[in-house]
Amino acid sequence: MTTVTEAPPPSPPGRRAGRRRSGEDRPRRAVDHGAWFLVLPALIPILVLSAGPLLYGILLAFTDAQSGRTEPTQWIGALNFRDLLHDTLFWESFRIGLVWAVGVTVPQFLLALGLALLLNQDLRLRWLARALAIIPWAMPEVVVGIMWRLVYSPDAGILNETLRDLGMGGGRDWLSGLATALPAVILVGVWAGMPQTTVALLAGLQNTPRELHEAAAVDGAGAWRRFRTVTWPALRPIALAITALNLIWNFNSFALVYVLTSGGPGGRTRLPMLFAYEEAFRYGQFGYAAAMGCVMVAVISIALAVFLAGRLRGGDDT
Amino acid sequence: MRISRAARVGQYTALLAYLVFLAFPFLWLVSTAFKPPRELGSLHPTWIPKDPTLGNFRQAFDEQPLLHAAFNSLIAALGAAVVAVLIATPMAYVVARRRTRLAKAVTGWVVVSQAFPFVLLIIPLFLVLKNLRLINSVPGLVLVYVVWALPFALWMLAGYVRAVPPELEEAAAVDGAGRVRTLVSVTAPLLAPGIVATGLFAFITAWNEFFFALVLLKTPEKQTLPVVLTHFIGAEGVADLGPLAAAAFLATLPSLVVFAIIQRRITGGMLTGAVKS
Repeated sequence: MTTVTEAPPPSPPGRRAGRRRSGEDRPRRAVDHGAWFLVLPALIPILVLSAGPLLYGILLAFTDAQSGRTEPTQWIGALNFRDLLHDTLFWESFRIGLVWAVGVTVPQFLLALGLALLLNQDLRLRWLARALAIIPWAMPEVVVGIMWRLVYSPDAGILNETLRDLGMGGGRDWLSGLATALPAVILVGVWAGMPQTTVALLAGLQNTPRELHEAAAVDGAGAWRRFRTVTWPALRPIALAITALNLIWNFNSFALVYVLTSGGPGGRTRLPMLFAYEEAFRYGQFGYAAAMGCVMVAVISIALAVFLAGRLRGGDDT
Repeated sequence: MRISRAARVGQYTALLAYLVFLAFPFLWLVSTAFKPPRELGSLHPTWIPKDPTLGNFRQAFDEQPLLHAAFNSLIAALGAAVVAVLIATPMAYVVARRRTRLAKAVTGWVVVSQAFPFVLLIIPLFLVLKNLRLINSVPGLVLVYVVWALPFALWMLAGYVRAVPPELEEAAAVDGAGRVRTLVSVTAPLLAPGIVATGLFAFITAWNEFFFALVLLKTPEKQTLPVVLTHFIGAEGVADLGPLAAAAFLATLPSLVVFAIIQRRITGGMLTGAVKS
C-alpha cells in the first residue's frame, strides 16, 4: 500500500514522446490530442448528467416550478430565497443538520482515532476488530437504520433489556421521545461512519516512520508526548481531510435518518435533506426545494473554502 | 518498544469495548431474524433464540417482492459498475499520467462532487429523466448511478495507474511496442486488479444506494432492495420485526461478501486519492 501512495518519479521531459511510433521530433503537445478520445466517454456523461443538472437545479431555484402543474413555469427571481429566509422550519432543520453533522463527526473521529491507534499495535484480537469494523461500512444505510430500530425497539429491543438488567429502567421508546430522538440517531451515525474514518487514520498511522517513534522513546518521551510530537503531526493532513469530508457527508445525509425516524418526532430529527426531499417529492415544490439545495451548497462551499484556505496555510499536505 | 503490563490491560479492555460496540447491533439483527413470533413478543428478549426458525424469511418473501427487488438491484449495480469502469479507466489513465489542466479540473470536480446535496441534482434529473421516459425504469437508475460512481472510480483508478511505474511502459516502447500495444500488454494486466476492485466498489455503492432509487422508482415491481425493505416499516412506523430483520439480513449478505474480498484494495485506492489530493 505504501508504494501506491508514493509519487511516481518525474520522468525527464521528452522521454514520453519516444513512445509514439511516428516522428520523435513532434512537439509533446501533439500527444495530448490523442488523449481527448480517452477522456470523452467519461466527460460527456459528467457534463450531461452531473454538471448540467446542477446548473439546471440552480436555475430552477429562481422559478416557481412544481410537479404535476399544468400552467407553465414562471421565472420569479429571488422570491424562493426570500421565502426561505423567513421559513423558520427550514432554519430549524438547518440547525438540526449542523448539530447532527458536528455531533456525529466529532465523536466518530475520536473513537476512530482510538481504534486506529489500537489496531496499529500488535494485539491479539486485531484481525477480529478489523473484520468487524468493515461491517458498518459494507451495510446498506437502509439496513443500518432497520438494524438500529430493532436495537432501540421499546419492548423487543436489546438496548432497553440491557438497561433493565443493569437496573437503569428501560421500556423507553428512544426514537419517539422528543429529547432522545436526536441523540439516538446521532449514535447510529457515529456507528455507521466509524470504519471509513478508522481506515483512513490507520493508513495515516502506517505511513508515519517507525524510527521516529523509537527515537522519541529512546529520548524518554512518554506515550502522550510521542503522540503529540510524532504521531499527530504526521496524521494531521489525513485527519483534517477526513473530518472535512465527514462533516459534509453527514450534513447531507438522508437514508439513515429517513429509515430511523423519517424526521420525527415533531421534526426533531428532520435533517435539511429530509426537509428538501419532502418539499420536492411530497409537496411537489421543485423550485422551493431547489432553492434549499442552493443554500446548502452555498454554506458547504463557504465552509470548504475556509477549510482549504486553512489547510494551505497549514503547509505541506502532500 | 516495551509496553507496561497496565498499558497492555488497558489496550485489551479498550479493544474489547470496541468489539462489543461494533458487533452488537449486527448480532442483534441476526438474532431477531431467526426468532419465532412468540419470542419477538417477549418482554425479556434473549440474545440467542431458544427456538430458532426460518419462518421470518418465508414470511418476508411472502409479504414483499424480495426476489424481484434483488434482481432489480443486481441489474442496477452491475450495469453501473461495468459502465462506470469502462468509461472511467481511459480517463483515469490520462489524469494520472499527464499533469494537465484537465487532470486538475477532474481532481477539483471529484472533491466538489462529494459536497453536492443530492437534492439539487435529483430535481433536475427527475425532470430530465421524466422527459426521456426513464422515470420508474432500472436503466434510468443505471444512468444516474454511473455518473454518481464516476468521481470515485476516477479517483481510485488514477491511484492504481500511478502505481504502475511509467518506466515499464517506456521500456516496452523502447522495445518497439506501439502505444496501444504497450497499454494492452503492459499496463492493462498490471491495472486489472485495481479495475476489478473499483468495479466491485461501484457495485456495492449502487447495491446499497437508497435516495435516487426512492425518488426515481415508483412501482414495487421496479424498485430495488433498499426501497422495498422500507415497505416492511408501516406508515405509522410500526414494523413486523421478524420479517424486517430477515429481509435486512439477506440484503446485507452480498455486500458483506464482496466487501470482505476487496476491502484491502479499496482502502489502498481510497487513500492514494486522499493523500494525493
